[in-house]
Amino acid sequence: MTTGQSRVARLVLPVGERDHVQGPSDAQATLVEYGDYECPFCGQAYPIIKAVQRHLGRRLRFVFRNFPLAEMHPHALKAAIAAEAAGAQGQFWPMHDLLYENQDALDERSLTRYAESLRLDLERFRSELRAETYASRVQEDFMSGVRSGVNGTPTMFVNGVRHDGPWDAESLTEALIATAHTRTG
Amino acid sequence: MATDPAPLPQQSRGILTPKTPAPNFTLNATPDQKVSLSDLRGKPVVLAFYPADWSPVCGDQMALYNEILPEFHRHQATLIGISVDGAWCHAAFAANRKLHFPVLSDFEPKGAVARAYGAYRPIDGTTERALFVIDEQGLIYWSYLSPVGVNPGADGILEALESLSKRRVA
Repeated sequence: MTTGQSRVARLVLPVGERDHVQGPSDAQATLVEYGDYECPFCGQAYPIIKAVQRHLGRRLRFVFRNFPLAEMHPHALKAAIAAEAAGAQGQFWPMHDLLYENQDALDERSLTRYAESLRLDLERFRSELRAETYASRVQEDFMSGVRSGVNGTPTMFVNGVRHDGPWDAESLTEALIATAHTRTG
Repeated sequence: MATDPAPLPQQSRGILTPKTPAPNFTLNATPDQKVSLSDLRGKPVVLAFYPADWSPVCGDQMALYNEILPEFHRHQATLIGISVDGAWCHAAFAANRKLHFPVLSDFEPKGAVARAYGAYRPIDGTTERALFVIDEQGLIYWSYLSPVGVNPGADGILEALESLSKRRVA
């Protein structure tokens, strides 16, 4: 093996059927976030990404993948599983938003309260949360992140390449547009 | 009579490259516990030099490796972090981040081990962000120098460990 001097970290797991996606599949730009629901920096990124989405509209596809730092954040894994459990009932994004809007209350009782407010099948939600039904899926997200060079949370991939620059709305938008593919045909 | 000053032991002229024997060292892991690289011979070792404890982000480099530790163990590798911070500083840092691997103090003489690996930054008085995977025989198998502001993640380390595991089987 050789000494690497300039690695470009790229997304190794392409965006696909398994992902939670907002925006059209043929959007010009794709933003993938690896995030942790208990991470305050991800909490800061949450409204910024919303702003970028509003600004770019149908030109942007946004994907969220789980990267819970479970050693550091005791509620992160359960919260990720809760979002997946809501996703199994068609409510991933509303739960995702609720979690980021209530980062200081991610204990099991609070998670159930959010599920209730989304009118989920509570019995199913609770049992899936307890059984950690979606833990393997969360782990799959996590490992795909590790292999792609995720180096903390949040890590963003702009059109498949790790974004090492600042992630205020303006910088992110600029990066997304600069490397967007132009539609052909 | 003017003479040239003696050159510094080893500045950042480039980090050690593969097939180089990994310089041995003995450093404090805690105020009363030392770790020697030579004691770890026979299994792969991941050496992660990083500039400082307490970088102000979630999931800084060491916290990230802490989360990925099972993956390193799957390849029978021992992970070691090294910075110039003192042993008491490391103790507080490791407790705060709940680290399950040793972070060593390259503290006295400051940065001596980092210099031996070509991973010292005289301009900042810290170590570089440099990664080394050392094989079972104590030879460097892979090394990587990251821009100091960029946390390199773990993908390169895992690729190197996988390739090393394959070599072992072959």
